Amino acid sequence: MNIHEYQAKSILADYGIPIPRGKVAYTVEESLKVVSDLGGALWVVKAQIHAGGRGKAGGVILCRSVEEVRHAAQKLLGSQLITHQTGSKGQEVKRLYIEQGCDIARELYLSLVVDRVHQCLSFIASEAGGVDIEEVSAKTPQKILTFQIDPASGIQPYHGRKLMYGLGLPEKAATQVAQLAQGLYQLFQEKDASLIEINPLVITKAGDLVALDAKMTFDDNGLFRHPEIEELRDEDEEDASEIEANRQGLSYVKLDGNIGCMVNGAGLAMATMDIIKLNGASPANFLDVGGGASRDKVSAAFKLILADANVEAILINIFGGIMRCDTIAEGIIAAAKEVRLTVPMVVRLQGTNEKEGKQILKESSLTIISADDLGEAAVKVAQAVREAA
Amino acid sequence: MSILVNRHTKVICQGFTGKHGTFHSEQALAYGTQLVGGVTPGKGGKEHLGLPVFDTVEQAVKKTGATASVIYVPAGYAADAIFEAADAGIELIVCITEGIPTLDMVRIKRALRATKVRLIGPNCPGIITPDECKIGIMPGAIHKPGKIGVVSRSGTLTYEAVAQTTAVGLGQTTCIGIGGDPVKGMNFVDVLELFWADEATKGVLLIGEIGGQDEQEAAEYIAHQYKKGSRKPVVSFIAGMTAPSGRRMGHAGAIIAGAGASAAEKVEVLRKAGVQIAISPAELGSEMAKALQGTANLN
Repeated sequence: MNIHEYQAKSILADYGIPIPRGKVAYTVEESLKVVSDLGGALWVVKAQIHAGGRGKAGGVILCRSVEEVRHAAQKLLGSQLITHQTGSKGQEVKRLYIEQGCDIARELYLSLVVDRVHQCLSFIASEAGGVDIEEVSAKTPQKILTFQIDPASGIQPYHGRKLMYGLGLPEKAATQVAQLAQGLYQLFQEKDASLIEINPLVITKAGDLVALDAKMTFDDNGLFRHPEIEELRDEDEEDASEIEANRQGLSYVKLDGNIGCMVNGAGLAMATMDIIKLNGASPANFLDVGGGASRDKVSAAFKLILADANVEAILINIFGGIMRCDTIAEGIIAAAKEVRLTVPMVVRLQGTNEKEGKQILKESSLTIISADDLGEAAVKVAQAVREAA
Repeated sequence: MSILVNRHTKVICQGFTGKHGTFHSEQALAYGTQLVGGVTPGKGGKEHLGLPVFDTVEQAVKKTGATASVIYVPAGYAADAIFEAADAGIELIVCITEGIPTLDMVRIKRALRATKVRLIGPNCPGIITPDECKIGIMPGAIHKPGKIGVVSRSGTLTYEAVAQTTAVGLGQTTCIGIGGDPVKGMNFVDVLELFWADEATKGVLLIGEIGGQDEQEAAEYIAHQYKKGSRKPVVSFIAGMTAPSGRRMGHAGAIIAGAGASAAEKVEVLRKAGVQIAISPAELGSEMAKALQGTANLN
C-alpha cells in the first residue's frame, strides 16, 4: 500500500527525521491559510498524488509570494497531473502539500528496501540525489552505495559511518546521518514497510540534513497489525474496480485488452494472459479468484470482468485443486444469469470434479465454448473475438 | 527415488484441528502420507482424524518421531509456528499459509541460516512424491511416479506442469512449489541441487515468474553444472510476459521492479545458460519430452 508524501513525512517526523515545516491543504483558501501559518518568504506547493515524477510533470511549484501560492493552488487543484507513472489519463490532484522552502547545498539519495537477493533489508544511498535513481544506477553505478543490515544485529553505528564516508558528508551532516539511518530502520521494522525512499535528502546551506521528499510503501501482508497505516489509505488513488475486487477477496489488475480472464492462482493467471497474447489476442485483465473460491466469489469475479466495456470475450481457466470444478460451474451459471451475458465465453475446467463441472455447464441453457486444455482454450477464445469483430 | 520426502517420511500438522488443517490432513491420509499426528495448543491429549493431538511441536516430535511438519495456521501466527517447529527439531517445514508479513520471513530466514532445517514456502502448494507422500494442498490424482522433477513459484501453474508431464507419460520424481513470496525458504537453487543429486530425476521443469532474481540464480547454477559436464535437461516457463511493470500480479513477489525482474530478461538469461524455454504454458509437457529425447540422442 502506498501513501502520500505528506503522510510519509509526518511518520518520518515521528521517528526524529528532520523534514521542512509544512501542512496539507484541500482548497485554495486552505493553501493561503497554511502560508500565513508557516510564515517565511519561500514556499513549495506540491501536488499530492501517489505516482512519482511529479516535479518533472509540473506538480511541484516554487512560490515567492502569497499571490504565487494562490495561482499555484488554483492551477493544481482539480487538474489531471500526468507523470511517467500515471499513464496517459493522469491522476486528479485533490490535495496539496505546502512547505517552507529551504536553501539546498547538496542533494543526496537514501532509501531502505526489502532486498530479495539477500533476503534482508538493504540501504541504498547515492551522492547523486534529486534525480531518477534507476538512471543513476544505469549510467553511473559507481555513485550507488548499497549495503545489507543483518536482521540478527539490526542497525549499528558503523552503518552510519558507512553512509558518512560513502557519501562524503561534511561534519554536521555526518553526525546526523547515523541517527537518521537508525530512525529509518526502526520505522521500517515497526510499521512493516516495504520501501522508504528519501529523494532528495538534502544538506542545507546551514549544513543540516533534511528529507525534502519521501515515498513510503507498506507490506500489504503486514497491514493487519497496523490499523494506523491502513487509515492513511486514499482510495481515490486506486482503481475502483481493483478496490472492489479486493473487498471480494479477489486479486484483479485492469489491462488494456479485450479478453476478460478468470483464473485460479496467480501464476496460472499470468500464464493465461501470456497464452492469449501468443494467440494474437490481448488480455483485458489479470484476475485470480484464489484457491478456495466460493460460488459468490466466482459470481463477483464474473461481474467485475463484464463491467469492463472493452471485454469482447471471456476465458475462464480453472485448474481445480482445492477448488472444485462443480462449484465453479455453479458460480458461472448463477452469475451469467444475473448479468445478461452477450459476449462469447470459453471455459476450461480441469482437476477435481471436472466431469461434474462440465456436466453442469452442458446442462445449462448458456452458450459455452468448452475446451479441454489450456492451449485449446486460448485458440478458441482468440478465434471468438476475431469472429465477433 | 525422490527428494526430501518418501513413503517413510513421518509428518505432523500444525493447525491440525482447524478447517484447512482438517481438510488437507484428510486428503493427505487418503493419499497414503504417513501423517502421524498434529498440534493445536489447548487440544493436547485429544484425538482428531484418528490421530493424536499435541499441545506443542516438541511433544509431537517426542511421541511420534516426526521429521516433517506442515503448517496451516493463520498468517499472524505462522512465524511463531515455523520457529516452534525448527526449535523442536523438525527437519523439513512446509508452510502453506499465505499472507505472512515479509519482515517476519526476514527474521525466519536469518534464524534458520545457522540450522539444517529446510523450509518450503510460505504461500505455496507444498511438496509431493507421487504415490508416496503428499504434504500440502495439491490435487494428488494428477501426479504419476516418473522421472521429472518439478519446481515452481506458482501453485496452480505447477498443477498444469504436473498434469502435462503426466499426460505425455513422463511422470514426476518429486514436485515442489517454493511459493510466491519475495522472502521464502528453499529457492530454485536449493531444489536444483537436490534434483541434480537424485539419479531418478532425468529432467527438471522449472516454472518461474516475474519479480526478483531467483531465476537468474537458477540459470547460474545450471550453467555451472553444464560447464562441469553434468547435464540434466531443464525446461523452463516464465509467467508474466504480458504483465505490466510496477503492478503486483497476485503474488507479493510478482512485481516487475528493478533490473532483471521482467519475464523477457529471465528467459534470456535461462536460455543463455542452456535451458530449453517453453514459450507457451500449454507446451510444458511436450517441451520436456523433446528435451529428454535430445539428451537420449546425445548419449
